[in-house]
Amino acid sequence: MKYLTTILCWLVLFSAPARAELIIEITEGITDATSIAIVPFAWSGPRLSEDVAAIVAADLHRSGQFAPLERSKMLSLPTQESQVFFRDWQSKTNGAEYLVIGRMSGTNDGKYRVDYQLFDVYQQRSIKKWFATGNDLRALSHHISDVLYQQLTGIRGAFSTKMVYVTMEYLNNSGKRVQRYRLYVADVDGHNERILMESSEPILSPSWAPNGRHITYVSFKSTRPAIYIMDTKNGREKKITGFSGLNGAPRFSPDGRSMAMVLSKDGNPEIYTMDLSNGKLKRITNHYAIDTEPTWSPDGQSLIFTSERGGSPQIYRQHLDSGKVERLTFDGNYNARPALTPDGRFLAMVHRSNGIFHIAVKDLVRGTFNILTETNLDESPSIAPNASMIIYATMDKNRGVLAAVSLDGRVKVKLPSRVGDVREPAWSPFM
Amino acid sequence: MSMFNRNALLALFAAVAISACSSTPEDTTAEPADAGTTTQAPDQDVSGGTMDDTYGAAQEPTNPALENRVVYFDFDKANIRPDAIATLQAHAQYLSQNPGARVRVEGHADERGTREYNMALGERRAKAAASFLAANGASASQLEIISYGEERPVALGHDESSWSQNRRSELNYTAEAP
Repeated sequence: MKYLTTILCWLVLFSAPARAELIIEITEGITDATSIAIVPFAWSGPRLSEDVAAIVAADLHRSGQFAPLERSKMLSLPTQESQVFFRDWQSKTNGAEYLVIGRMSGTNDGKYRVDYQLFDVYQQRSIKKWFATGNDLRALSHHISDVLYQQLTGIRGAFSTKMVYVTMEYLNNSGKRVQRYRLYVADVDGHNERILMESSEPILSPSWAPNGRHITYVSFKSTRPAIYIMDTKNGREKKITGFSGLNGAPRFSPDGRSMAMVLSKDGNPEIYTMDLSNGKLKRITNHYAIDTEPTWSPDGQSLIFTSERGGSPQIYRQHLDSGKVERLTFDGNYNARPALTPDGRFLAMVHRSNGIFHIAVKDLVRGTFNILTETNLDESPSIAPNASMIIYATMDKNRGVLAAVSLDGRVKVKLPSRVGDVREPAWSPFM
Repeated sequence: MSMFNRNALLALFAAVAISACSSTPEDTTAEPADAGTTTQAPDQDVSGGTMDDTYGAAQEPTNPALENRVVYFDFDKANIRPDAIATLQAHAQYLSQNPGARVRVEGHADERGTREYNMALGERRAKAAASFLAANGASASQLEIISYGEERPVALGHDESSWSQNRRSELNYTAEAP
């Protein structure tokens, strides 16, 4: 398979707000990406703040699975079925396998309504039509992307999801170098970025509650590490641990009722679960080695974590009822920070190979192991709720940036930042 | 010198000049560690630590090892290296002689590997240094331990010379510093 290298800054071309810190570049897409033409949607009102068809095209393009046709190559701009002439879309150079047209209007209660339709150009027929309403044009666009993606791939789209991440910048405070950590939430395309918290002390390990609204993270703002829960809607924050020693790696259980975490209050780093209704702790591991980075199996019945009990960091699974422990990784001498796909089949991790840290994935059913990235100092893999992509942090030109790779390694996306180091991405569940 | 040779020399010179220009300077913002201005983790050569007191060193003789507040570790290790012993012994002695002194022992890791794993590794390094202090005369109540993992590098490069400065334990006095 040959890779197609394209660098397209869709979000810069189309109405990126100047404040957005993340730009999305597709560094590797698949050569047999499905071509699709998304014709600008009709709208007769005053100029809109967002170009819906362009956002949909950018979403589909960012998945790496679609190659949207440039507008300048469109021979006609139909907005309803009667205006569609399939021969306009059948050319080798400026044609497409699929065609999307749409019309926008205002509803009586002040919302936008989009009527859109998908055509199969080869078979010269309409596949399906839909409509959607909403206040927020970007959210509406991502919803349309989700619908089209599911129709065409059979996989639920994850364009309407969010991510949290951490940035760190060095500031000069009268000659002294100080750090500024910020915790952000943004749409997965980097837009609608919002600062949730800012501190001169470290912030790390953010992750989402299954409700897609609360997050948990570690902050040193009290000068010591502590675990917090925040409601991303209103920024309200609650400290849930502040034990002596480490308070780290918090992860909500799939039912949202408990939290796995790492504490060293009893001597060395061990994994605990906390019942969030009463704060009661249960110790899960008991080993003199480092045990850290717990993540839950989708059924909530076991914890997957990093441990160096075998002499080097490897990934283990411990069943919560029986306490039985099994080692999951055997390739190389450094495998850490496990992340499981929602079906529990694929295990993404940070893997060291010849001194280089990559993102790797292991198929727990077949036992195959694949290194997915060519970047270095890769860390913090987080999997999209539809398992299409893994977002992770890496180093690019001496700066921390976010990047994403598909589970099969065929699609690679970079999200360079304009400011500081970006790190610790966490992809939200479906909202 | 023949024309050929001169041209060859010029070309060589140009190549060297170009390569010198194109080698991107490693993170110029990188500041040296609090202790040690060398790029390698400094070897604390303190065995012969007599001070020259002919130039009005008026204060009571201080152990130069006491001025050093940082000890370094090997990659993925938390054992006290021989080059750290004199520093830690001096601080242990100071702490035992000054019961009001308090020290915050901070453990740090280099950027390689995952953040939470490095938090755990940093804690091990802080504990190793603190245990050494306690075993050599400091009392537990004088010692506080904290790990910053890889969050607080002193050198900002992405190579071994930076990493070796970042794998460290720092002794930060919060009361009665020497």
